[in-house]
Amino acid sequence: MSDINDLYQELILDHNRSPRNHRELDAPDGKAEGYNPLCGDHVTVFVKLEKDVVKEVTFKGSGCAISTASASLMTQTLKGKTLDEAKALFRRFHGLVTGKAKEITEGPGLGKLEVFAGVCEYPARVKCATLAWHTVKAALEKRDEIVTTE
Amino acid sequence: MITAANVQAGSNRPRSVPALDVERIRADFPILRERIGGRPVVYLDNAATAQKPQQVIDAVSAYYARDNANVHRGVHTLSVRATRAFEEARVKIQRFIAAPRPEQIIFTRGTTEAVNLVAQSYGRTRIREGDEIVISWMEHHSNIVPWQILCQQTGAVLRVAPINDRGELLIDEFVRLLAPRTKLVAITHMSNALGTINPVREIVDLAHAREIPVLVDGAQAVPHFPVNVQELDCDFYAFSGHKMFGPTGIGVLYGRLEILEGLPPYQGGGDMIKSVSFAGTTYNDLPYRLEAGTPHIAGAIGLGAAVDYLNAVGLDNVAVHEEELLFHATELVSQIPQVRLIGTAPNKAGVLSFVIGDVHAHDVGTILDHVGIAVRTGHHCSQPVMERFKVPATTRASFALYNTKEEADALAEGLREVVRVFC
Repeated sequence: MSDINDLYQELILDHNRSPRNHRELDAPDGKAEGYNPLCGDHVTVFVKLEKDVVKEVTFKGSGCAISTASASLMTQTLKGKTLDEAKALFRRFHGLVTGKAKEITEGPGLGKLEVFAGVCEYPARVKCATLAWHTVKAALEKRDEIVTTE
Repeated sequence: MITAANVQAGSNRPRSVPALDVERIRADFPILRERIGGRPVVYLDNAATAQKPQQVIDAVSAYYARDNANVHRGVHTLSVRATRAFEEARVKIQRFIAAPRPEQIIFTRGTTEAVNLVAQSYGRTRIREGDEIVISWMEHHSNIVPWQILCQQTGAVLRVAPINDRGELLIDEFVRLLAPRTKLVAITHMSNALGTINPVREIVDLAHAREIPVLVDGAQAVPHFPVNVQELDCDFYAFSGHKMFGPTGIGVLYGRLEILEGLPPYQGGGDMIKSVSFAGTTYNDLPYRLEAGTPHIAGAIGLGAAVDYLNAVGLDNVAVHEEELLFHATELVSQIPQVRLIGTAPNKAGVLSFVIGDVHAHDVGTILDHVGIAVRTGHHCSQPVMERFKVPATTRASFALYNTKEEADALAEGLREVVRVFC
């Protein structure tokens, strides 16, 4: 049996305790809200773009440790990426947390996001890990809408 | 807080004599032999649904294997056998809640459908614009939303009686809400989120003094202690099979005979008619008039077997066992400094709801699942309760007759692991 610390790694706990980029953006180029009715996790993501490059990503909201840490690490990872790179990262991240990491190898490497590898052992928690990503996708596509995981 | 004193008061037996032989009971529930992550499952999600004893599984299986046929219409032997088994189940349930007559037992899909039946069939004929329906702040969504729908349909108004910080109904506030235009009180017997047991008889007396009928949501009550609808004197009593060790998809609405007799059908279809022509249809007698379509025959028979099971164990014994268990679990969990209990009514049963520091309930649930403990995390379909206690969600451990003190110990141990990881 895997250790519970494989899921709740120190990096995740740290980003849960002190989430990075946890603030609103003034005059964002895109903004979207994400909601996971199962957990009550709630996140709003703000993005600033320069042409097709993500200049800044921030988030507000509350949720479980997995969803908070995922949002926090996502904002750090996406900064400076092109829209195409951001999409590719989401695909790889989704593959990682659903246990299909080996099948999806194109695009930039996941780096720190690898810390979420343990999530694939907990199918009930996949939505927690991907909520911020679904939401940022909507924000980048400038769909100002509420994304739900259900 | 539950105290040792009221555990004793609930039981006249010396503490050394166990109320029931829990190991023997556990042997009846095959699922309790399942292992999660290499450990025996500790099932503490009974308020969501209870596990099934072999006796119930066998009754359902035997019906399908030997007696399956449609009820109430065939002249052939299998139909006669199926009808007999189905109607015997109705009588078992009638006796289980001490209803005067079997036709007062209406089979539904569950508590939710029973409440909706009353809202639509009773509500739409008796409740008009400006009338009021009184519920409480601790209701499950299924005893809120059907009334909201009825209010939208009729222009009636929903009034909500508040609760205190322990999770008890404020009776004085409740009484204040009983107005000349109050046409119905709908209240839970036992809160699924808090465990609070409401003083139903007192509530009924207060309402009846003003000629207001009372519906009781008994979904959480029936697996934990004996229920006697005549002693409660309520007008409707709704409960589900699956929370009292029976199958899912079967539930019961009990109603006072005079009221049921005046109710229009809830749904149209087979079984609820005497004759149909395009000029008009004559409806069947009770209880069939309110049971359109082929019923969940196997479910009713399984629920009858669950009633037999509970009768054999004795719900008085179950109540004593669970009270001791809840007392033990409450003591252990309270010793963890980061724990805040949600729902501390002196009169409560079976439910331990809590938050740990600022750890999200889903993280608590995952860590407990990792050690084989099944609890419910979230709002428990009682979002107003969460709002009242200003928490987004709680972790809820809920107990049944097969749970042991060792399982409560495992819960406390699992919570210490949560603290170790997060706090």
